[in-house]
Amino acid sequence: MIKQLFFTALLLFAFTELTAKQIKVCKSCGYTSIKEAIAAAENGDEIIVEAGIYQEYDLRIEKPIKLIGIDHPTIDAMEKGYIFEVLSDSVTISGFKLINVGKSYTSDYAAIHTYRIDNFVIENNIFINPFFAILIEKSHNGIISKNIIKGNAVHEHNSGNGIHLWHASKIEVNDNIIEQMRDGIYFEFAKHSSISGNKSRRNIRYGLHFMFSNDDRYENNMFENNGAGVAVMFSKRIYMRKNIFRLNWGTASYGLLLKEIYDADIIDNIFEQNTIGVNAEGSNRVVFENNNFKSNGWAIKFLGACYGNKLMRNNFMHNAFDISYNGRINGNIFDKNYWSEYTGYDLNKDNIGDIPYRPVKLFSYVVNRTPETIILLRSLFVDIINFSEKVSPVFTPDNLKDFNPLMKPVNDRN
Amino acid sequence: MIEINNLVKRFGKLTVLDGINLSFLNGGIHTVLGPNGSGKTTLIKSILGIVVPNKGTIKINGKEVIGKWQYRDDISYMPQIAHFPQNLKVKELFKMIKDLRNTSINENELISLFQLESHLDKKLSNLSGGTSQKVNIVITFMFDAPLIILDEPTTGLDPVALISLKKIIKQKKDEGKTILISTHIMSLVEEISDEIVFLLDGKIYFQGTTDELKKQTEQDNLENAIANVLRESDD
Amino acid sequence: MIKILKYSFYDLMRSRWSYIYFLFYLALGFILLFLNQDVSKAVITLLNIIIVLTPLIGTLFGVMYFYNSKEFTELLLAQPIKRSNIFVGQYLGISLSLSLSLVVGLGIPFLAYGLFQSAEIFNFFSLLLIGAMLSFIFVALAFNLALYFDDKIKGFGLAIITWLFFAVIYDGLFLITMLMFDDYPLDKFALGATIFNPIDLSRILIILKLDISALLGYTGAVFQDFFGTSFGLFFSLVLLSLWIILPLLLIVVKSKRKDF
Repeated sequence: MIKQLFFTALLLFAFTELTAKQIKVCKSCGYTSIKEAIAAAENGDEIIVEAGIYQEYDLRIEKPIKLIGIDHPTIDAMEKGYIFEVLSDSVTISGFKLINVGKSYTSDYAAIHTYRIDNFVIENNIFINPFFAILIEKSHNGIISKNIIKGNAVHEHNSGNGIHLWHASKIEVNDNIIEQMRDGIYFEFAKHSSISGNKSRRNIRYGLHFMFSNDDRYENNMFENNGAGVAVMFSKRIYMRKNIFRLNWGTASYGLLLKEIYDADIIDNIFEQNTIGVNAEGSNRVVFENNNFKSNGWAIKFLGACYGNKLMRNNFMHNAFDISYNGRINGNIFDKNYWSEYTGYDLNKDNIGDIPYRPVKLFSYVVNRTPETIILLRSLFVDIINFSEKVSPVFTPDNLKDFNPLMKPVNDRN
Repeated sequence: MIEINNLVKRFGKLTVLDGINLSFLNGGIHTVLGPNGSGKTTLIKSILGIVVPNKGTIKINGKEVIGKWQYRDDISYMPQIAHFPQNLKVKELFKMIKDLRNTSINENELISLFQLESHLDKKLSNLSGGTSQKVNIVITFMFDAPLIILDEPTTGLDPVALISLKKIIKQKKDEGKTILISTHIMSLVEEISDEIVFLLDGKIYFQGTTDELKKQTEQDNLENAIANVLRESDD
Repeated sequence: MIKILKYSFYDLMRSRWSYIYFLFYLALGFILLFLNQDVSKAVITLLNIIIVLTPLIGTLFGVMYFYNSKEFTELLLAQPIKRSNIFVGQYLGISLSLSLSLVVGLGIPFLAYGLFQSAEIFNFFSLLLIGAMLSFIFVALAFNLALYFDDKIKGFGLAIITWLFFAVIYDGLFLITMLMFDDYPLDKFALGATIFNPIDLSRILIILKLDISALLGYTGAVFQDFFGTSFGLFFSLVLLSLWIILPLLLIVVKSKRKDF
């Protein structure tokens, strides 16, 4: 498959090379504005923009061309609108520095906006304080990679997202750095896409946000210091692997929010020092495997109607609470995890503790009811009530146990 | 001179000293007598400042002493029961007391007098009652204080040590010290006292020499004289 | 005072109980580190132990020492020494010896296991500092009890009740109150109630280092604004110091009027 694509691309390349030409834009070139260059370009042409400041906006691209910036030429939209509006298939935009996109409460101004196109590449661009940085609407087969997006968002209502996909499919979002936007990456009705190697930090809402987006995967990303790390909502078959969720602190803040989710895989991730590692609400048939939950307030919080989730071979280390849970067991399975608070023994030395572990503490119910009681965390009185609950459970479901708690942490991960 | 004026001490509802007026001249051996609970120890402790009186004044050589502490530099006190920090050795205790009082008198003479040399390296917790009392005596007489107060000094002493103790007391008297003793042992009182004070129910019942007491009670024996006093007080 | 302190300290450092206390911490440190080799986990376990144990040992040692050294105290009272100096000296002697057992007992194993290479070093030292402060606080409370009650049994009983109150009962009442009034804003109440119990205050100071994600996240701005700042830390240390100074002043006042 990949081989075929490669040959097709090679053929295309060989073909266009015959007819394509390069158009240069600079202060002393034939073209001094990008708009003129675009107007003059023919299908398949390359527009080479040299370093400098170009005060231009609403650059509509309606033919398949490549725009390539040398040494990051700056395009300043003077807060008047979009910078690039891409309305043609097969467009590449690479190597620009895009500043001062317009801000509006009515239009979603973006530094790069694509609409109803196929086969595009947006790479190596730098976005400074955009309203939206990259807005992909009804577009397919695109690559968005190695961009740097730095926003200055403070409030949710008047800020935009870093990379925003709406009704898109087969998009690869790779190796971007996104900081201080509303959502770092936002997928709405985005299918069969992948997100990998991105760093999404200090965004005021979510580092990554899925809504109604199915069959996507994200791997090897880092989500740090966001309002909340990643929110996956109303989506199916999302594959999440080897991501790091860190330092998402705040009232009801979390590393990963699952809401109305079906059939997701959460594998090999690290959740570290979040107020809540995973907040699962109406999540069903989700597999948690080989994840590291370390020093979170709550490792996983299950709220209403979670059915058939499996938690296996995860490490739960030094979380204030490992699991918070209400309602019945609902076919959720906790098996062969490592719990740092487990105090049982292993007589037959098979690395599996001989007595089951109850990951839910009474105090976690108390805190859910009256949050201020958290101030009594680790007090002797709380230890005593937790212990009595452990000995004879009244509040926690009797069968909510890990019957095979591991004696040593699971180590086979990066 | 010790002058005590209208000294009152109550423990809860119990009045132990009930308006004591008393003075001791400097020099000589003064013995405080009285049955159990008559207030002897409380009187002594008041003078030392260990017990805080409710009313009254105590002056030593004209100076008010209640609430002060510096005057104790001039007092050597031997408590009734000796009890020391358990984990110190005997010689460390001596060193410590010397250190606390900022004086350095050579205690070796006393140590040999009471044959304590072999005990110097023992921990205080390992001493017998009698040996502890000897240590107590050494601590008391280590200093050259002009006023010496002894509370039941003979408790637990063997005869040899008792003789040594009497010898020291006399020697101190000859040096012109004022010595205040509370005791039950009549033979000791008769033998060494220059003056006795008889306390009963928190009041001074008698102050004077042993001869005067005998004369007053028309008894020729001190023990009988005391018994007589007690009988009279019961009537 | 320094002399009394010196001799009390000297006396205590040679006592069997100090050795046991010291060896307990030494063994605890080595066992914790041997079992998981993970300094941060060991610090969390230590927190639970120190918060409970230092006040208990402080109270018990305090009353025990006071009653046991009563006659010796009398001997000292007859010496030309200021009264308050005797008691404050003894108080400092016992508090220091307990703190030293704690610091050295735990310090040795943690140093041996390469604490200085660990990021936990600051947490560990705050833990030791707070353990030492708790020792000072509860010895002072114990001295007060022993000064007020000549009856040994009564003194011991009340000492244990005092410890139980601060370590357990207080938090129980605190929790029940919060659950009963959970329709009202509780964060200021919670903050206030924490401040008035030295054990709770110490606990919060430490878990703010360890479980910051849980605490900061869930309880809203009040705790964060208060404890998250250096002002909060400073204020808490001042409060803990007050918990030492005020009982100590009571010792001085009471000791002036006390008969022996």
